[in-house]
Order: sequence, then C-alpha cells, then structure tokens
Amino acid sequence: MPLIEFADFSFKYLGADSLALRKVDLNIEEGEYVVLTGPSGCGKTTLCRAINGLVPQFHRGYIAGNVIVDGKNTREHNVAELAPIAGLVFQQPENQLVTLNVEREIAFGPENLGVERKEIRRRVEELIDMLDLEHLREKHPHEMSGGEQQRVAMAATLALKPKVLVADEPTSNLDPQSAVTILDLIADLNRRDMTVVLVEHRLDLVSKDASRVVLMDKGSIVADGEPREVLSMDLCQEIGVGIPKATQIYKRLKQRGFNLDKVPLTGAELATLVQEVKQR
Amino acid sequence: MIFLENVHFAYDGLYTALRGVSLQIDEGELIAIVGSNGAGKTTLVKHLNGLLRPDLGRVILDGVDTKHNSVAELAREIGLVMQNPDHQLFLDSVEREVLFGLENLGYSKVEAKERCERTLNNLGLEGLSERSPFTLSGGERKRVALASVLATEPRVLSLDEPTIGQDARQKENLAKMLGELNKKGKAVIVVTHDIEFVIENFPRTVAMADGRIVADGPTNSVLSNNEVLERCSLTRPQLTEAARCLHNVFPEVPERLTLIDDLEAVVVKILGGG
Repeated sequence: MPLIEFADFSFKYLGADSLALRKVDLNIEEGEYVVLTGPSGCGKTTLCRAINGLVPQFHRGYIAGNVIVDGKNTREHNVAELAPIAGLVFQQPENQLVTLNVEREIAFGPENLGVERKEIRRRVEELIDMLDLEHLREKHPHEMSGGEQQRVAMAATLALKPKVLVADEPTSNLDPQSAVTILDLIADLNRRDMTVVLVEHRLDLVSKDASRVVLMDKGSIVADGEPREVLSMDLCQEIGVGIPKATQIYKRLKQRGFNLDKVPLTGAELATLVQEVKQR
Repeated sequence: MIFLENVHFAYDGLYTALRGVSLQIDEGELIAIVGSNGAGKTTLVKHLNGLLRPDLGRVILDGVDTKHNSVAELAREIGLVMQNPDHQLFLDSVEREVLFGLENLGYSKVEAKERCERTLNNLGLEGLSERSPFTLSGGERKRVALASVLATEPRVLSLDEPTIGQDARQKENLAKMLGELNKKGKAVIVVTHDIEFVIENFPRTVAMADGRIVADGPTNSVLSNNEVLERCSLTRPQLTEAARCLHNVFPEVPERLTLIDDLEAVVVKILGGG
C-alpha cells in the first residue's frame, strides 16, 4: 500500500473559477524523495495542503476523488489526526513558530497530542542535536536568522514523528548557504528513511538528492519519473520550468551531435562526463 | 541621482542593521544587492523611499537631503515592492490593486486603465484581473504586488526578493520588463538571493554582510570572488562550479565563466567541434 495515494482527486477553492487540482492520480511509497515542481500557480501548494487535510478542511472548496494517507481518507480524518502522519513545513518559518523558545517550540506539538513527558524530553534533545540547535536553546525566534527559524520549524514538525515530511518551498526566503544547509538536512532525513515531498523551483539544488520528480502544470501532473529523465524532457522548458544549467548544457550538446553518457544534474557531474567523452 | 551617505540604522535603537553604508545610484542603473539573511539588505532599500530614516548619515535625492520629505512624496519617485506581498496587497481585485497606485499618482482613468492592462499582460496576469489577490497562489500574489508598483514607472524601482515563488518563465518576463523600464532611464535595484537572476540581468552587484557593504562592482568580479561568496553566505552558481571543475582538468577553460553560451562554446571546443 502506498503511503500517500491521490485517486482521481480534484479541488476548486471557494470563489475560484478554475480547478486548482484536476484529476490527480499519484502514489508515493515509503522512503521516496519526491520533488514537486511546475510553473507558478500550477497547484503544487494545493497538493501539499491536501496531504494533511488542510485542503479541504481548512481551505474550503469543492472536492472530487480521494486522498488516502497511511490508510486514512483525508475526508474522514481531521487535520489533528493527520498531522502526526504528514508534517508540513512552509516558506515563511515565522508564520509557523508559536512559542518563545526552541525547547517549548519543539515540545508544543507532542504536548498537544498528549505524548508522555519523558518521551517529549527525549524527542526535544534528539532534535536539538540532530538539527544543530544547541546554541539557539535560549533564543527567542525573532532573534534568529531565517535559516535558524526554518531549522526550528522543521524540528517542531519532526517532533510529531511524521511518516512523511512535506516541505513547500522551505528555502525560498533563505540565503544560498542557509538554503543548502536545510536541503542537506532534508536529504539526510530521507537517507534515514523519512519519506519526503518537497516543492522547489531551484532544481539545480535538489534534483541530485531526489529519487523522483513530479512535474505539474495547470493543476495536473504532466510528467513523473527519475530526475534525469524528467528534467531532460523538452516539456520542462515548454511549460516554463527552469532545469539545472548542467542539464541545459547536456541538451545543447546533444543537439550539436555530442552525446554524454548520462544526464548531468550538477556542475561536477557535467565536468566528469565531458572528461569521459574526451578520453575515449 | 540617489546617494546614501554613511547611513547607520538600528531597529528600536537596539538591533543594529546598518553600520555606515554609502551607496550611489545613478539614473539608468541595474543594481543587485546580495548577502546573507540579516545582512541589512531590506533595511537599506527601505531607506530609499523614507520607510526608514537613518539614525546617522543622509539619504540624498537629486542633491537634496530627503529628511523633510514624506514617504508619499518620495513614493512618486521611488517605488518599493516589499518581500512579502501580503504586506502590500489590500484590495479585493487584482485590477483595483494596480489601479489604486496609478490613480493616487494622478493618472487619468483612461491612462491608468491602459497602463494597468499592459502591466498585467507583461507579467502573465491578464486572466486574473477580476480575481481577489487572496485567492491567488503565492507566486501570483507576488506578481500582483510587482505589477502595482511597476505600472507607475517610478524613476527608481526597488524590488525586495522579486523572484520568490516564480518559475523560469515568470523570471524571464520580469527581467524583460525591468530591462524595458531601464531603457527608459529608470534605475532598478533588486535585493535577491537568486544568483543566476543577478548574473543574467544585473551588471552591477553590491554585496552586504553584517550591515556593511563588502563589495560593490561589476557582477562578474563580485560573484566570482571566493572571499565575498563566503562572507555573504552565497554559493557558487552551477555554471561557475562546472567551469571550475572543467578548469581543473582542462586548463584552457576559464575558471570564472558565468554565462551558459560561453560554457557551451568551451565544452564544444574541448569535444572537438566548432
């Protein structure tokens, strides 16, 4: 059984005149790292919200089809029941932080779910260690940088021990080095068996770690497969998705009759592939 | 045209954000401001239109200190699009949002309507003019905020993180519009973490760290300076990384390549074509 299943799912926001999601069929298995991308307004955020029931329970609208998360239909289970399964992280961490210090923030979710004190203590310490938050322990969220706030927001989300981390452009307000720190952390969580769904425009930073890229356009899924396969499709440029520069060079070389052995996703990969062809 | 002279600023007099920043902006310039979170970039651009006033130092517009000018007066000359569109949008339709600024600046109904339509078209918002901004996606709301300021064509346009939530096509559209305004002599100042957007569109880059300007010059040289990249929490763009890796094996590849056409040309040469 897939961990997340969208079955012929459509959604229209109240007051909108077109569908935000249009007959989406999507299965995500445990342990996958899925990057969700597509043009602005294509339905990526709506899809994330549908995973933990925020759509349609908080964001109201018209719904058809079903979303089943860990065996639970999101029509029948409320957000509080789904939150321990699907943990969401958003673009603006400050919108997500509710308490005055790091320990309280991480403990807040499990406390609300009635987790035992000793277990909460253990999770707090584990996450402070894992996300490198020790030096922030006594700090107010407003005294932290954007990258630090986002790490705290992630820790608070992970404290619920979710089965899947759903992150909607978690790095778009961060400077490049802080972004890389967060994305490395997400890749590391995935290596420890966490299922990840990440919305991201900057494919040059994430496609090397992902196991799968799902491309959306106008509310529908238009491509779905291995990163190297999906990102080398002409469809990406046709719908306005920016592919990594290394992949662009690969495509341009191919047009000129030079074939590299595989599709590069990073600058270093491109350099190695060029070297291999040259040495032949 | 605008001169920031040794500007110091601290929020609530406590949290120091700018520690002596001097910056000259001339007519028709395209300038990118880069740097880590908390470096003072947003604080700096908020000084341009008087949203913030220096604790020390001066902001001079056309040779005159702006300390006695109201934000409303300065807004006629200097347009600012804030990072979070929700801090800016307040009307119930996209069209009304864009018309609001135009009508306040005294444009006739006909002219305002015409400018509004043109701007919405240019930013790919044409089908959304009747929608409430609050039913739009994050990327679309951002473009509505941009449209409301771009439509007024101020002499100086400053945009805080305009590419957040935008896909490649929207970024191209935005770059094209900024280029066109620039051709009319407008100065454009962008605060951004999007290094590729900077390289492709902005000849001058100002790098900030800890409330100070640590580099100011041609984009290529600022963004290929490893010390600046490190101090400002920037990462090397993928193309530059590819060029560096290739350079290690093929010394004829310049280490400091930033444009895709140039990289393509050197790779084709290595592979024995062209």
